[in-house]
Amino acid sequence: MATGETVTGATHRSYPTGWKRPPQIFTDPLWRRIIFSAIALYLFLAVGSVEVNWSRVWEGLERGQRFVAGFLVPDFSSRWTDISIGLVESLTMTLTATVVGIIISVPIGIGAATNMAPKWMYLACRSIIAVSRSLQEIIIAIFFVAMFGFGPFAGFLTLSFATIGFLSKLLAEDIEDIDKSQVEAIRATGASWMQVLIYGVAPQVMPRLVGLSLYRLDINFRESSVIGIVGAGGIGATLNTAIDRYEYDSAGAILLIIIGIVLVVEYSSGLIRRRLQ
Amino acid sequence: MLVLRNLTKQYGAKDVALKDVSLTIGQGEIVGLIGPSGAGKSTLIRCINRLVEPTSGSILLDDVDLASLSTGELRRQRRRIGMIFQEYALVERLTVMENVLSGRLGYVSFWRSYLRKFPANDIRNAFALLDRVGLLAHADKRADALSGGQRQRVGIARALAQEPDLLLVDEPTASLDPKTSRQIMRLITEVCVERGLPAIVNIHDVPLAKQFMQRIVGLRGGEVVFDGKPEALNNDVLTTIYGAEDWTAMRKSHDEDVASENEQAAVMQQVSA
Repeated sequence: MATGETVTGATHRSYPTGWKRPPQIFTDPLWRRIIFSAIALYLFLAVGSVEVNWSRVWEGLERGQRFVAGFLVPDFSSRWTDISIGLVESLTMTLTATVVGIIISVPIGIGAATNMAPKWMYLACRSIIAVSRSLQEIIIAIFFVAMFGFGPFAGFLTLSFATIGFLSKLLAEDIEDIDKSQVEAIRATGASWMQVLIYGVAPQVMPRLVGLSLYRLDINFRESSVIGIVGAGGIGATLNTAIDRYEYDSAGAILLIIIGIVLVVEYSSGLIRRRLQ
Repeated sequence: MLVLRNLTKQYGAKDVALKDVSLTIGQGEIVGLIGPSGAGKSTLIRCINRLVEPTSGSILLDDVDLASLSTGELRRQRRRIGMIFQEYALVERLTVMENVLSGRLGYVSFWRSYLRKFPANDIRNAFALLDRVGLLAHADKRADALSGGQRQRVGIARALAQEPDLLLVDEPTASLDPKTSRQIMRLITEVCVERGLPAIVNIHDVPLAKQFMQRIVGLRGGEVVFDGKPEALNNDVLTTIYGAEDWTAMRKSHDEDVASENEQAAVMQQVSA
């Protein structure tokens, strides 16, 4: 057999040696050119339209420097009582909001799964999720602070509400993705709807539900430090006060504590999730 | 006794999966259902316990028409019908014992099943069944820790835990090797004979069907095109069911499988003797 011949016997034709992946989205070359040039033109004009006040940027850099300087010599002691009160508030609000959020999210999540719920229940649960997800935490916090006054109760309500949107949606999607045959097998034994849920569905989604809950705990703690800024209590309120008073050393201490706690929660939730699989 | 009368299933306006299927399956009769993919074998089996809703026709299991039951009544009747699945369909993260006990779900309350507090009788029976299928030592293992053949044995135990009056078996050996397939088929036919249990077995492997079934029903395009003894399944009949193929070659490879299995068995006997 001469070189270049293939074993399949198709020896008389010459095949191309080059190949390019065909375009997948804009298949028409003319349109492709038009669309890409339009994007480039828009980017150019958009960048040109941004006004930058360079002297203000310079001033900001100086302030930033002071902030970093404070951050590098954090002062834990002079505001420690405020910090500890803020921390306890934040942690309490995080934990209670996560637990309450999970308890409410589970039934909503099940109701929002097409394969478990009738159409009307699906639509109702999906709308609850949509409302919860479309409102950013800070907006909800402002609303609850206006309703119930300053303090961690407003924060607790905010985080619970946000947890519902997050967990129910992901739980619902998880339930929709489960192995149908396992559910079918349980249903075929004559099990009731609730029994199908605990024997066929729960074992399949439980590890992920626990993982998501831990992840949400982590998010809630971080959010609790943000919503404090609009008056919903917790460590965020303490941080806000420190920055308002130009006490960057105390602010640095608070940030370090937040980072530390997030790291601990992140690491331990990762450990637990790995053990659950 | 199971009687199907003019069972029809239509998906959408044009897609007819089952066309006027009428069958009678007597007490203790094991029927193999063969046919090409898409012939309606799975649909037929799933119509019987109404995992798929039949479009028309009746399904009489000892004079109860399964096709016309309300939801609650259907649940009660489903308890009488055990099902063994392709790819086992065990709940993978539950233990073997929980999987077998799940066959009793139709008989226990929600709280009992939630707390795993099954009646003593059910538990004793579940252990006995695990012993019967040779998995007594594996009761506490998670189902996903077992091999394919073992999983299907759990599937068989789960179906039998229902103490059913009818067994539906959907491609029980689809993902098993030839030797394990034969062991599983043997186990299924044995337990059916022990209990006088009628069974419908979907099976895509014709030689396996001929080896283990007492009666074979051939389905093509949703219609029954053959119903008779396995011996009557000659090349002409197979061609009516499946279309033209080289049937002699298929039979030869099956004979080789059986021969090698027998050989192995003989060796094992020599070793143990």
